[in-house]
Amino acid sequence: MIRIVKRTDVSKIKAARIRILAVVLALFTSGIFILLLRHNPLAVYSAMLQGSFGSAYRFKETIIKTIPLVITSLGIMVAFKMKFWNIGAEGQIFMGAFAASFFALQFPDLPKPLLLCLMMAAGIVGGGLWALIPAFFKAQFGTNETIFTLMMNYIALKWITYLQYGLWKDPDALGFAKIPNFSDNAILPKLFDIHIGWIFAFILIVIMHIFMHHTKKGYEITVIGESEDTARYAGMNVKKVVLTAMFISGGICGLTGMIEASAVSGTLSVEVSSGYGFTAIITTWLSGLKAPFILVVSFLFAVLLQGGSFIQTAFQIPQAAAQILQGMILFFVLGSEFFIQYKILPRQNGVEMTAEKEGK
Amino acid sequence: MNASFFAAAIVAGTPLLFATLGEIITERVGQLNLGVEGMMLMGAVVGFQVGLATSNPFLALLGAMAAGAFGALIYAFLTVSLRANQVVSGLTLTIFGTGFSSFMGKSLIGEIMPENIRTFWKADIPILRDIPFIGKVFFQQDLFVYLGYITAIALGIYLYRTRAGLNVRAVGESAPAADSSGIHVVLYKYVHILMGGALCGLGGAYLSLVYVPAWQENVTAGRGWIAVALVIFVVWSPYKALIGAYLFGGLDILGFRLQGYNIKISQYIIDMLPYIATILVLVVGSIRHSKENAPPKGLGVPYFREER
Amino acid sequence: MDRSIFIQMNEISKTFGTIRANHNINLTVCQGEVHALLGENGAGKSTLMNMLSGIYSPDSGSIFIHGKEVHFTSPKESIAMGIGMIHQHFKLVDVLTAKENIILGQKGNFFVNQKKLAQQIRQISQKFGLEIEPDKKIYDMSVGEKQTVEIVKVLYRGADILILDEPTAVLTPQETRKLFQIINKMKEEGCAVIIITHKLHEVMEIADKITVLRKGETVGTVNKSDTTPKALTDLMVGRSVDLSIERVAVEKKERLLQVEHLTVQDSEKVHVLDDVSFTLSTGEILGVAGVAGSGQKELCESIAGLCTVQRGDIVYNGENIVGETPRDIIKRGISMSFVPEDRLGMGLVASMDIVDNLILKEYQNQKGLFIYRKPVKKKAKQIIQRLDIQTPGVHHPVKQLSGGNIQKVLLGREIDSGPQLLITAYPVRGLDIGASHVIYDLLNEQKQKDVGILFVGEDLDVLLELSDRIMVLCEGKITGIVDAKSATKEQIGLLMGGAALAEDQEVKQDD
Repeated sequence: MIRIVKRTDVSKIKAARIRILAVVLALFTSGIFILLLRHNPLAVYSAMLQGSFGSAYRFKETIIKTIPLVITSLGIMVAFKMKFWNIGAEGQIFMGAFAASFFALQFPDLPKPLLLCLMMAAGIVGGGLWALIPAFFKAQFGTNETIFTLMMNYIALKWITYLQYGLWKDPDALGFAKIPNFSDNAILPKLFDIHIGWIFAFILIVIMHIFMHHTKKGYEITVIGESEDTARYAGMNVKKVVLTAMFISGGICGLTGMIEASAVSGTLSVEVSSGYGFTAIITTWLSGLKAPFILVVSFLFAVLLQGGSFIQTAFQIPQAAAQILQGMILFFVLGSEFFIQYKILPRQNGVEMTAEKEGK
Repeated sequence: MNASFFAAAIVAGTPLLFATLGEIITERVGQLNLGVEGMMLMGAVVGFQVGLATSNPFLALLGAMAAGAFGALIYAFLTVSLRANQVVSGLTLTIFGTGFSSFMGKSLIGEIMPENIRTFWKADIPILRDIPFIGKVFFQQDLFVYLGYITAIALGIYLYRTRAGLNVRAVGESAPAADSSGIHVVLYKYVHILMGGALCGLGGAYLSLVYVPAWQENVTAGRGWIAVALVIFVVWSPYKALIGAYLFGGLDILGFRLQGYNIKISQYIIDMLPYIATILVLVVGSIRHSKENAPPKGLGVPYFREER
Repeated sequence: MDRSIFIQMNEISKTFGTIRANHNINLTVCQGEVHALLGENGAGKSTLMNMLSGIYSPDSGSIFIHGKEVHFTSPKESIAMGIGMIHQHFKLVDVLTAKENIILGQKGNFFVNQKKLAQQIRQISQKFGLEIEPDKKIYDMSVGEKQTVEIVKVLYRGADILILDEPTAVLTPQETRKLFQIINKMKEEGCAVIIITHKLHEVMEIADKITVLRKGETVGTVNKSDTTPKALTDLMVGRSVDLSIERVAVEKKERLLQVEHLTVQDSEKVHVLDDVSFTLSTGEILGVAGVAGSGQKELCESIAGLCTVQRGDIVYNGENIVGETPRDIIKRGISMSFVPEDRLGMGLVASMDIVDNLILKEYQNQKGLFIYRKPVKKKAKQIIQRLDIQTPGVHHPVKQLSGGNIQKVLLGREIDSGPQLLITAYPVRGLDIGASHVIYDLLNEQKQKDVGILFVGEDLDVLLELSDRIMVLCEGKITGIVDAKSATKEQIGLLMGGAALAEDQEVKQDD
């Protein structure tokens, strides 16, 4: 027999050790799986590392994948801190990209700085407004936000699909369903050969860290996340804070959409989010809702993503191997949290137990 | 609109029906499993693989159910035994299942189901098939469709008429109350999460074995998420799931049909309708504060007996 | 008497984290016996009973039921041994009917035989004189009805050991009387009944034997016939109940608060406060007594602007504050601190540190977008020192502090804001006597500063010694306002039960 006891004090080192052990176990288990499918796991792993670090180009690709994960995670963090389970980042990315693309396509000849600023503002507003819809119903009627935001993802996706295959379809693309490319003025510039989204990401990490810990709004968001009753008791306007926080959360995700559309795909398409909205939920969760850790976790995930697409082209190992690995690592890390929070003791009976306890 | 449209709507709704029933039974024990898409894909690929290898339709079905249940088992272990967050665990299961199916399916691309499996399922029901209109819509279908009717009704009877079903509802509404009534909460959760997974696997298998019936990557194309929406739309009732699934199935093929009538509504706009409808149901439910048609109260709430 | 032993618990210990809830507890209960488990809040009564019902497992010690040693790992096993527990917070499923709740988790045919079930329920209710509507949904039921369902549920399972956890806390006197009749019926039928309570008069009325717990340990087991309420109280609190709380005299009283015809409804349109009128002066402590759920919470919340007032006025310093936001009310110098049963539900943010909790009400007075913790940190250190709060530091999460220290942080913050009207509910909930006295002194200090204090309490001895006047609530109505110097405990107890006050006893409201 066993019994489970909540740990009261876990050192950070011990927690880190448990998590690392989980990752190692995940790699081992996935290795067995890959082996069963007749590939050499070591070859796959080393290929993935080569794929993300092997050359300047590949490393750049890894960074480019890190950027949207970091920014989106920061957006999700704001909502999660409030215990508002915003799983609608994917849709907010889409709508941000859509709003930004509207300006890029309508005013292609505006001066570059002006157009980019407009697009950024549009992206933030687009994503923010999209997030405000479920937030409004949550604040007003207590409507379940998890399912609401999830549904909003699909509405956004269908909307973009409609634009790409219908309304905004490029007539010059010879029947190929795509939206016309942005003008050069609508493309984010590069610094050190990587689009300046990485600078945004760094700045946002600092801003969001300060926002959450040193501003009144950040404080209010944290209090509401802990207890709405307490927040109301302290005289906070809970509805207003919920709406503001969700606008910020969706706005940041919308910014990701703008960056991806402008700097990565050069236009709006159904692939513009590449599933970052979902992956970022996981990176946010794993980072423990702390801005600096989001950077670390997002980078590790980008390595997995980039490594995955590399093994596909270089070794003909399906890209999906990386997805399996991702899932596996997540399973193990999620499971490992249990061992950080609880310890398992054998159930003891009778006298020895008491004696042992007294001895302690 | 003719009988063939409604018949096609039922076919399109059948994978949704299985997945929806699976998620209903999962949510009824208080577990929100967002891994439906993943479990469907796992069922689809394993069912297809087994069908291809054995040419035995029953083994193919069993394989699909086992695969879905396996995915659900991972989820159950994480959320019930290891107390992990349900939303994140479910999403991870979708990532894993998607990867699993495309990885395994890599070698299956372009493969076609053997003839004996493809034609095995087709079966009209005697007598009933001759009822005008109704016969054509409901009873000149394949075995999966009939299995769908039976599963939905059986699940309804199980939930509302049996002792075990009563216990299921109690676990989902209030795990502490169920526990102190002597119900083995953990066991109930495991069994029904697994049952739900098997049903999702079955839904996936319908797509790869009958609906398509060749292997194509990401064969579910987001149907798992529609199923999650449907559960709310049908307010956690297996009976209403029948109606909901066929309605959403109809919407799925409506735009395509409308083109034939020269009505210019894009399929992509029609595709939004299920999600919009679900949101409406959700919002109306929360405004009315209905006690009967509300989500199970314990949905997503973890329960550990000794926590204090 | 020669009766068989139903329950024997030996040397039971249980700890939660660092809290020692039960330590080497012994308990013996016989057939046909009503055994009262007596103790203050937090004495470990519920924990002990939860081990008997299989919800918790003891860390050490042994349990014998009907002479057989048991190691329960789930409620299921406990039920199988004939134990049925009726929890303080009912464990019923709201959306199901009474009937469905009764058969939950029971073995039997796959399909439920409705006819037979209805008959069985009728039989049980007749035998014990219970009234029940089998097809009524739980959410449509009153508290008393819900309790009846719980009792039938337990009896349906054939329990011969019944545990009732604070069963009368939520009942009206009539319902209580009825419950006691039922308990006596069970006793006649040969059941063993354990009743958890902290109400002495109930113990004296219903129990045969009494076991007193204090701070997780058994203090003693006595026969009712051999004891008196006084002796029991001594056992319970460990010393005589003379609390020696000082009642400071304050002159120069002006009216601070005047509540008139205050009426509040809950979500089910039940009047939780019904036409409540009273006044409170500066430098006065007005005690509020009543059984749990008599409207105390709503009274505090409506003054603090946290719940919607249906009717009536709350006049503070000559201005009606009904309809103002909580923020505005805080700014007017009204401070409210409510210590809920879990101690952390409202007023404090469990995972935040002391500094972040102290800033909770005053951060909005800071200018600009940012929050400045430096001045608050200094204040935190002062409060820690002044109230002798035991904490490793100002940045320690409050949830890791002990109950007394948590409450000191809460009250410390409220007093620090320099209120004119201080509303405090259950500030000594679960505190030991030493810590309680620190709180009383704080309140008296505020009183001397001419602060008006509304003190909602559960311990009548405290209310009688600390307050100037005591207002008694029963089912949302005021049943009387008495002078604390001349009132007696019995008198207040009667009022809590709904008895009206004789004309001459009424204290003239000082206007």
